[in-house]
Amino acid sequence: MSLELSEPLQKVVDSLSEKFSDELVDVYQSSGDTFIRIEADALHEICSYLKNELHYVYLSDIIGTDRYTSEDRFEVIYNLLSLKDEARFFLKVWCEEESPELDSVADIWKGANWNEREVYDMFGIKFRNHPDFRRIFLPEDFDYFPLRKEFPLLGIPGSIELPNTTPDTD
Amino acid sequence: MKLSDIQSKVQSTFFKEHQKALYQSLEDKHTTIEEMDDGDPLTAKMVLNMGPQHPATHGVLRLVLQLDGETIEKVKLDIGYLHRGVEKIAENKTYQEFMPYTDRMDYLSPYSNNVALCTAVEKIAGVEVPERAHYIRMIGCELARISSHLLWLGTMVMDAGAVSFFIWTFKEREKIYDIMDRLAGHRFTVSHARVGGVANDITDEAMGIIKEFTEAFPKELKDYHGLLDRNRLFFDRNEAVGVLKTEDAIDIGATGPVLRATGYAYDIRKFAPYARYDQVDFEVPTRLEGDNLARYFVRMEEMSESIRIIEQCLEKLPKGPVRTDNAKQAYPSKDEVYYSMEGMIHDFMMTDTGICPPEGAEAYHAVESPKGELGYFIQSDGTGHPWRLKVNAPSFANLQVLENILDGEMVADTVVIIGGVDPVMGEADK
Repeated sequence: MSLELSEPLQKVVDSLSEKFSDELVDVYQSSGDTFIRIEADALHEICSYLKNELHYVYLSDIIGTDRYTSEDRFEVIYNLLSLKDEARFFLKVWCEEESPELDSVADIWKGANWNEREVYDMFGIKFRNHPDFRRIFLPEDFDYFPLRKEFPLLGIPGSIELPNTTPDTD
Repeated sequence: MKLSDIQSKVQSTFFKEHQKALYQSLEDKHTTIEEMDDGDPLTAKMVLNMGPQHPATHGVLRLVLQLDGETIEKVKLDIGYLHRGVEKIAENKTYQEFMPYTDRMDYLSPYSNNVALCTAVEKIAGVEVPERAHYIRMIGCELARISSHLLWLGTMVMDAGAVSFFIWTFKEREKIYDIMDRLAGHRFTVSHARVGGVANDITDEAMGIIKEFTEAFPKELKDYHGLLDRNRLFFDRNEAVGVLKTEDAIDIGATGPVLRATGYAYDIRKFAPYARYDQVDFEVPTRLEGDNLARYFVRMEEMSESIRIIEQCLEKLPKGPVRTDNAKQAYPSKDEVYYSMEGMIHDFMMTDTGICPPEGAEAYHAVESPKGELGYFIQSDGTGHPWRLKVNAPSFANLQVLENILDGEMVADTVVIIGGVDPVMGEADK
């Protein structure tokens, strides 16, 4: 499928394929949005390149998804914004099912701190070198990662063990 | 003060692991920890838990503040008390069924949440929206913005000490509820937007009271300005409080009025215009100071810009249908459902299966909600239910800013700064 990239995004794809030709896996478009998939090992390097050289200074969101496949089950998507070029694209990495782990980008964009904690809270993807690595919505005592596909969509009382929710009793 | 001291004094019996991690994280924030003399009470440090049931934290926000006298040394936020797992719920619902849940995310401006979901679904499924529906949506969104900012104004001024102000802004909010009642059929959780348009056309009666409101409201706004713009008490409470620099705001990912008050005019309505925002004329107000007063001015000016947009929309409002006439993409009108067999079948199909975007499609669409950039990211597996639906909530981003700007402020200013950032926990906690 041919790509219809705007000028600033073409620049991103060109400079990434020039500098990181081995790490760039895939570039595609869906519903008008541009997605660039890279190797997980080069995540930190490419992110700091994007911020420092290509002015992608604003990290809007980090999205985790469960692809529910046997290989590279989890996907983490970085929603990046260049305020200078007024362009937005999505940087993707895949990670494996057993002990999924990625490099934290919280030292590049400070705002990644809470977003990474949210991804961990919902999918159990760990982030290396994160400054404050805890769950964010659910309590630490909670043992599950609810947005994984194996977590039930409907709750049946007593089906899974949950932490005590009555503070007055032991 | 050592960690073991906090832990032994607090002795939490509830969510032990969680409390331990939270206090540990507070201890670890910044590396400049000095040993204090425990004997002298004037040099003693204190850990103060504020919320989640504190009335001034605007919902169920919990702050753990480490105080040195009256100064906040460092603060950690604990959110998630209103976590309902709407992203998980969405995976079990059709797009239309999920809409009432969006009303309850940012419950101060339900209309913009509906529009945010609809525009994202329309983008991924390639649905065309009739011209008239775009304008009705814009009117609804701007009314929601005024309504949300009015609540912010009332509570923020109340946090600063003037209680009667709250009553006046709620008088105006009440008028917007009445408009929503006429426009959408509900006062509060409207669910008026539909995939492919809006639920029902705007009536003459609704047009009348919207016009009435746009004429009367600027006078009220002038009164608010008259009371606050040169008010010494209000200035003293808000000036140079909770200062955020532009670079920090962009680095932390601040959005909406919090970002614009630092001087960067980032507004989705201009950045990537949706609906027909490129057809109307409006300004994006900014301020340079980045303090609480700047946020006040930005939001006040946004309200008058919203009135301008509504007036232009009412003027331009084109004639035509309010929902796309494609039974595979939107609900048929009630006339069709009641009087034709096909209409009824289509209504069943839309309710049962819903709209099915192509398999493997992904889309992100953001709108400028009153709190900032509200985006929906959808991944489809070809069925009527989303494979993954992610809400990019502006309050979540702005709460992270709050954790960074509270350090070094006075404890009495905490509630004013929370009021200035204007978080809604229903949205931040998802």
